[in-house]
Amino acid sequence: MLSLSSVSVAYPGSARPALEDVSLELRAGEVLAVLGPSGCGKSTLLRAVAGLEPVASGAITWDGRDLAGVPTYKRGFALLFQDGRLFAHRTVGDNVGYPLRLRRTPRRQVRARVAELLELVGLSGYGDRSPATLSGGERQRVALARALATSPRLLLLDEPLSALDLTLRERLAGDLREILRASGTTALFVTHDHEEAFAVADRMALLRDGRLVQQGTLDEVWRHPVDVEAAAFLGYASVLAGEAAARVLATLPAGSTATSPEAASAVALRRSALRVDPDGPLRGRVVEARLTPETLRLSVDVGGIGVLDAVASGGLADAPAVGAAVRLVADPSRLALVPIV
Amino acid sequence: MARRHHPLSRSVGRPAALLGLAAGPLLVLGLFFLLPVSGMLALGLWPDGSFDASGALEVLRHERTIRVLWFTVWSAAVGTALTLLLGLPAAYVCYRLRFPGRRLLRLVLVMPFVLPTVVVGLTFDNLFAEQGLLGGLGWHGTPAAIIAALVFFNLAVVVRTVGPAWESLDPRSGEAAAALGAGPVRVLRDVTLPALRPAIVSAASVVFLFCATAFGLVLVLGGLRYATVETEIYLLTTDLFDLQGAAALSILQLVVVTVLLAIAHRARATAPVDRRPVAPRRPHRSDLPAAALTLGAGALVLLPLGALVIGSLRVEGRWTLDNFRALRTVGDGVVPVTDALRNSLLTALDATWMSVGLGLVIALLVTRRSHSATERRIRAILDGLFMLPLGVSAVTLGFGFLVTLDHPPIDLRTWPLLVPIAQALVALPLVVRTVVPVLAGIDDRQRQAAASLGAGPLRVLATIDLAVVWKPLLAAAGFAFAVSLGEFGATSFLVREDAPTLPVIIYRLLSHPGTGHYGMALAASLVLAGLTALVLLAVERLRVPGVGGF
Repeated sequence: MLSLSSVSVAYPGSARPALEDVSLELRAGEVLAVLGPSGCGKSTLLRAVAGLEPVASGAITWDGRDLAGVPTYKRGFALLFQDGRLFAHRTVGDNVGYPLRLRRTPRRQVRARVAELLELVGLSGYGDRSPATLSGGERQRVALARALATSPRLLLLDEPLSALDLTLRERLAGDLREILRASGTTALFVTHDHEEAFAVADRMALLRDGRLVQQGTLDEVWRHPVDVEAAAFLGYASVLAGEAAARVLATLPAGSTATSPEAASAVALRRSALRVDPDGPLRGRVVEARLTPETLRLSVDVGGIGVLDAVASGGLADAPAVGAAVRLVADPSRLALVPIV
Repeated sequence: MARRHHPLSRSVGRPAALLGLAAGPLLVLGLFFLLPVSGMLALGLWPDGSFDASGALEVLRHERTIRVLWFTVWSAAVGTALTLLLGLPAAYVCYRLRFPGRRLLRLVLVMPFVLPTVVVGLTFDNLFAEQGLLGGLGWHGTPAAIIAALVFFNLAVVVRTVGPAWESLDPRSGEAAAALGAGPVRVLRDVTLPALRPAIVSAASVVFLFCATAFGLVLVLGGLRYATVETEIYLLTTDLFDLQGAAALSILQLVVVTVLLAIAHRARATAPVDRRPVAPRRPHRSDLPAAALTLGAGALVLLPLGALVIGSLRVEGRWTLDNFRALRTVGDGVVPVTDALRNSLLTALDATWMSVGLGLVIALLVTRRSHSATERRIRAILDGLFMLPLGVSAVTLGFGFLVTLDHPPIDLRTWPLLVPIAQALVALPLVVRTVVPVLAGIDDRQRQAAASLGAGPLRVLATIDLAVVWKPLLAAAGFAFAVSLGEFGATSFLVREDAPTLPVIIYRLLSHPGTGHYGMALAASLVLAGLTALVLLAVERLRVPGVGGF
């Protein structure tokens, strides 16, 4: 089990520490995503765990043993970078077998294990190719196979998918989750993309300005963003406060999870939180309508609240005209209460 | 307003303009490069007007020639190996670690490269002389002294070539390997060195080239016993008047140098590695071996220079400035050393404007984007032509000048610009190598953007190219000046008896032993070293990345 207690990391020459007082735990077999905007210190967190950055204060332990003073190559944590960092001058098979040869594994065993790993990442038969001939997604799979070769006790992933294009990223995120499950790998995964975090991880931690602001299971974090900024980062499109929040909450059916409004709560809405419904309690006027691959998106000016995103079923032909009056209903599973600090 | 470009006139116009611009450099190249080299070939291979290589081959079979050749090769190989051994850790320490005095250390390690070779030779002669600082080693007059001087001189090449490559090497590949279980030594062997291989091979081939063509320092340190091909050409020409033998060796040297340059060029052309700016880090305990070797490199540079300073300030065991006072006297019987200094400065000034002007035109010619197949073909040919002078050592060039331009039909012996032109040709590759990467690095779309905003060709040149290139150009000018100041190989063949340059007079003082001559040579060397070091400092202040690298 990996455990960080009050870890701080400071870079020489910068006034603020890159990480400040970060505590978290990662149990065996779990995948934890650390989510945060660029520059929040998430890569520093990963590098500190890997032993690439010295810890200024606090302790990083594995199964209760302090890792301070243990060099990177003796920690047994594999590290996977954004762009794989394959050794360009070696073949795919040599890359994957590299950590095994470092451990003086017999040649025959290396060959068998490499074949097994390439199959695991869906690249059987690629062993003799040069990394230069692979696509970005394939390179990343090879890097993953290499990282998994010695069954590391912890896999550290630094935005492993963000160098790939959107469709590939979605597919590979699913594959990554499968592969981590299948190999039972414990993984710490940093990303700035909440969708990636949701696709791969079991637990999530939010990092901002070097501080951990929230952690929990995906559902906990997603349902209860700790503040407005966290909600925005988790993909909530708009946040309503005060009178506007109260008006939206008042329309929810009694007993739904999002009701029980506390006095100082804001409401965070996903873009699909409001749906066009002929019997809806909220009235507004359509400002704009556009068709997306998933659904028909509307911008609706709701009296007394402002312009909100909403969705409607059907195609563009069925869309209400700009200026038309529509009624909206709120979906309690697509909004969250956010405490105002 | 805007000129109209007809497709036809354009397809003829651009190549024509290209050739027009190339005319100047082509003329210079033809007269001062192709003519001397062909004269030299003629002398060696067409001794009586008809082709006859037997004379040249006969020279190459001489027992002494084989000995000279063997010494050239093994001293260069050992020199290269030792330079890498000290230079690679130094490159790492200077470019990858952060510590107080880093810039100073870099400067110290790089300084020897601008020192004139005669000065380097004298410096090590003085260091290993019986009464010298390291006289106890008994290295005076041995190959060890020559090799030490070669390493001293070439450290800068390794530091300047490999250092920047190492500085911008993405550390994450090594970190990924470390996370997979590779210890520091494995990371160095499996990741870092393979990634640096192009830079290392390039540096090594250039160092080998410089070692194999070292002239001044071998002439001073080796005397008659230890000669390289270069010094042998000089001795055959000036002492034995065996011009055909010298021509045969020059041809050999030409072939060897061209092959080495081709290797260096190929090494440079290999795939670029990932680059990204990396902040240097604080030294760890694991950096101790590298730091120790760097310390050794620093000592190798500072000890001889310290000995030079001390030696120049002492006469018969006393501290005195007499050696410097003596510089105003006629030491070797023709002119005072101070006159030679003035000659050197004026010659170097001429050589500088020539090499910079020529280098800039050549760099512009070879880096502009071609608009048609014809243009591309012309450019490729020009590119090849302008790279030719790279393949000729200073001694071969001086020898070629001597045998072709010194007698009718072209008698330029008394022409005052002959020496500057030879020096300019020696410095030219340096200028071209500094400016070409900068010009090639300009995105052509910037020029197109300027043109689309209404800038004519000259305006584009001024606002885009010159704005970027003036600093590297100034740095290149500084380097060309320093090189010319210390140039000895070509100059020694061409200089007029009554107008010697400083390096020439230093060599004369050494080869005509007399009271106080050695001390005067030390003092003159210190002056020359100081001058070139000052120029280097000024160039350093411009902070042009990569200048002086290879």
